Amino acid sequence: MRACFFALIAALFLWLPQTGHAQTAADILQENRALIEKPSRQTIGPVIDALATSGDAQAATILAAWADKRLGIRKTDGAFFLIATTADGYALQNLDGSDAGTAPKAEISELKPNAGVRGLIATALVQFQLSDPDRARRVDALESIARDPTAEHLAPLRAAIDSEADPELKAQKQRLDRLLTLRFDTDRVARVAAIKSFSGDLGLDLRATLNPLVATRRVAAPTDATIADNVARSLSIGADLTEAEAYDLLVAANLAPARLTGDALKAALVANIVDGKVGTTPVADLDTAAAREATYNALEAAGTVPTAATDAEVTAAVAAHVFYEVFAEPDSEVTAAATSALKAIEFKVGAMQAADLALDAVSLASIYFLAAIGLAITFGVMRVINMAHGEFIMMGAYTGYVVQLFIPNYTASILIALPTAFAVTFAAGVAMERLVIRHLYKRPLETLLATFGISIALQQIAKNIFGTQARPLTSPAWLDGALTFNDVVSISYIRIAIFVLALVFLLFFLWLMKRTRLGLEVRAVTQNPTMAASMGINPDRINMLTFGLGSGIAGIAGVAIGLFAKVTSELGSDYIVQSFMTVVVGGVGNIWGTLAGALMIGTLQKGIEWLNPSNTLAAQTYMILFIILFIQFRPRGIIALKGRAAGD
Amino acid sequence: MTRGFLSKNPSILIFLLVLSLFTLGVTFLSETYGIAFLSTSFIKTLGKTLCLCLAALAMDLIWGYAGILSLGHMAFFALGGYMIGMWLMYARTEEIVVAALANEPLPATAQEVVNGIAGQIFGVVGASELPPIWGFAHSLPLQLLMVVAVPGVLALIFGWLAFRSRVTGVYLSILTQAMTLALALYLFQNDSGLRGNNGLSGLQNIPGLSDVPQDQLSLWFFWVSAFALGVGYLLLSWVVSGKFGSVIRAIRDDEQRVRFLGYSVEGYKLFVFTITAIIAAIAGALYYPQAGIINPAELAPIASIYLAVWVAIGGRGRLYGAVIGAAFVSLLSSWFTGGRAPSINLGFYTINWVDWWLVLLGLAFVCVTLFAPKGIGGLFDLWQGLRAPDRKGAQLGPDDGSLQEQEALK
Repeated sequence: MRACFFALIAALFLWLPQTGHAQTAADILQENRALIEKPSRQTIGPVIDALATSGDAQAATILAAWADKRLGIRKTDGAFFLIATTADGYALQNLDGSDAGTAPKAEISELKPNAGVRGLIATALVQFQLSDPDRARRVDALESIARDPTAEHLAPLRAAIDSEADPELKAQKQRLDRLLTLRFDTDRVARVAAIKSFSGDLGLDLRATLNPLVATRRVAAPTDATIADNVARSLSIGADLTEAEAYDLLVAANLAPARLTGDALKAALVANIVDGKVGTTPVADLDTAAAREATYNALEAAGTVPTAATDAEVTAAVAAHVFYEVFAEPDSEVTAAATSALKAIEFKVGAMQAADLALDAVSLASIYFLAAIGLAITFGVMRVINMAHGEFIMMGAYTGYVVQLFIPNYTASILIALPTAFAVTFAAGVAMERLVIRHLYKRPLETLLATFGISIALQQIAKNIFGTQARPLTSPAWLDGALTFNDVVSISYIRIAIFVLALVFLLFFLWLMKRTRLGLEVRAVTQNPTMAASMGINPDRINMLTFGLGSGIAGIAGVAIGLFAKVTSELGSDYIVQSFMTVVVGGVGNIWGTLAGALMIGTLQKGIEWLNPSNTLAAQTYMILFIILFIQFRPRGIIALKGRAAGD
Repeated sequence: MTRGFLSKNPSILIFLLVLSLFTLGVTFLSETYGIAFLSTSFIKTLGKTLCLCLAALAMDLIWGYAGILSLGHMAFFALGGYMIGMWLMYARTEEIVVAALANEPLPATAQEVVNGIAGQIFGVVGASELPPIWGFAHSLPLQLLMVVAVPGVLALIFGWLAFRSRVTGVYLSILTQAMTLALALYLFQNDSGLRGNNGLSGLQNIPGLSDVPQDQLSLWFFWVSAFALGVGYLLLSWVVSGKFGSVIRAIRDDEQRVRFLGYSVEGYKLFVFTITAIIAAIAGALYYPQAGIINPAELAPIASIYLAVWVAIGGRGRLYGAVIGAAFVSLLSSWFTGGRAPSINLGFYTINWVDWWLVLLGLAFVCVTLFAPKGIGGLFDLWQGLRAPDRKGAQLGPDDGSLQEQEALK
């Protein structure tokens, strides 16, 4: 029986190549029906090849249907149909696509190829898909190859390049071809050439293809053994790997017996307890590691327990072997080319990452700047410390949320939310200044406390109104996504928007302070309220307006921050310490100082995060520590006011 | 004629008398030694409140007397708690591990015990080795030393850096707040070696005293807390009543002038900062065994601000004011947030005090700052008929003789 089967297979192999091209797909199916009904990965290959190379236009449809379990055989006459499940059976189609009526379930046996066969079919289908008239399907095919390339894809891909009409797709195909070549081609020269052809390329796909080529594993071998593998480097004990690691390698390679673990030692001792003694040692004395080892050695000498590697034996075994890293890729020229290509890429990627980091830092800095600019006005210009500043930010974010409840269009709601938030927090700021702060101008420490009282009250009120869960503040669709320069450098549009907003406020502040009547009066009151009053300026009114302005800007910052952070009642307190730090580090009373402070803190935080990416908490800790130290050297900030205005 | 220390400060005697009467009263009303009127949990609350009072005393010295608004003293308080918590947790786990290992056929080695303890304590953060900072945790005397040394050294370094560069006023407040935040963020990390945001737990079980019931233990802790508060009060009264007290008050009122008079202002400030940090740490070391659990949230900057709130409401610049403020506000706070305060039905809205207590506290705090800078302690002045001399213009500081508004305007 078996012999018969093999003979049949052999006959098929001999017969297929001769007849393959002359046949239609339907004939091939009929002739190989037995194989197709019970396919296996080992035997079905020739049939699939025959279908694929038959030149029949239906072959692609049939293969696709087969892989999708949409191919069926009528049990009565063995005819093949494309089937679709209906309520009471199958709808049938002939292989050429024409309708063939319906059939009950019992009449049709559905072909269910297993995963291995489906894989073969998919590979065979690739060439059809790559030359499919539908552009979208060609793109899909390319993407699926790029996702999971195999050596089999190389030939169909190459075959599909010349016939490609779309120049963009053609370029993609050529690129993919080079990627597959450098990985799977059998010709060394072609591979090296393919690697070299990529010089200057930073694509993630290239790196993903090159990295497995230079992947290494650690190997141990006796000192006198000749090494056949493609060696990356040899490892020395102590510098590259510890003795314990080296010995583990030996154990894994069956070159040495396993080391005696603590548990094994314990188990061996326990197994040999006789009358409260192990060997000659009483059990009660076995409470130190040394005593246990000594007892084990005694047992070992008596032959009661198997020998296990002691420390001295471990050292000797390690010394008798060499350890090195070998490339998984056996060809040394290819690995050399890949290594140098990766090095060049790494350098470029490093530069790009630095650029990306700088972008991140600038965007973080603009967030801090936005959060701090209101403080720069109240704290910097008026010397009033406002602990409720964070709560004004929170109020602005919630105002944005409430506006979105009423106006479903996100673009319109943001445009309305910005002035509304300004109005709400301006009013809150003015009210606070009138009711509380103006009584405390001469007592800065107590302003801090009073505004803190307001801060906890506001926070709790927000919690009572909006609950403790985060509320969404959705950005308009045109702010979704990111501006991508290449695989490494990208920045989201929201962050760009915030950067622009920060810039707008910087200019607005400068214009207000330097070019307007209000700004002039604010500066006058700041420098000398009594003198300003005698010049006809009403200091009360100016203080009120300045404070309201600072608070209003906090509200707008709140809307901006709410777009990317969660809007909760704690939103403000998350930013308040950093905001104060920004103002203090930058130098009080100077908008450029605030800018410098924000830039410094943003860069610092991103820089520390880059050094230790897994731990943003640590980054904040170290940043604050750095700031505390920084204040030692420039107690008045980066840009310090000179002269009497500096205070004290 | 020179009078004695106590006769110059009759308030000390009164305070100590009230404290001891209070302690006796609570003992008499307790379950263990009295008529079981007060529940164990309430005695714990009272004991914790006494510790908070001690921390408030420290805050009063640094803020009310020396004029340095530190927003970091609750960090020292929590550090003290962490230090004692390490020993409590280590020793308690050791008992459990040794008991578990006793069932093994072989006697345990010292290393096995330590590994077992480390596995028990650090399993939650995925580590199994004892971090180096737990090196002293096996010994109570060493760890008690750490209670004083760690916050003390931290305060010394931070204070030296800050005062040396003449950071004053609100800048210093913000800097201390940043320090607190940095410490809290650091402790929130799992690899900080103090179990990340799980904190230390099970601290109410005192190693070696597992047979003593909690109601008795809580009373013992109450006594120790009361004793510590009494000693702290006596010590601080002595500190502020002498020449030293005069100097630090002078620093508060006009730092420049004191410096020109030849005093080492930085030295005085540093001493006050460090000593108060240590007192706060001791208070924390007594507080957390009663609370049973400590985690990095206790270090949040807001906790330190509450400390300032208590002192401000109680009355700055007088030690009994701080104690009254801390006791009054923290007890009232636990009454309101415990859900025992009756809700007020306004018809259209019901004021639920669990939600609205913080609003009330915040606004009350604003009112105290605005209208009664002397706090509750000011009531004693009224009662004694004391008034500040009429010196035209509002006072800038809480104490007599502080800078007046009109003088400051110059």
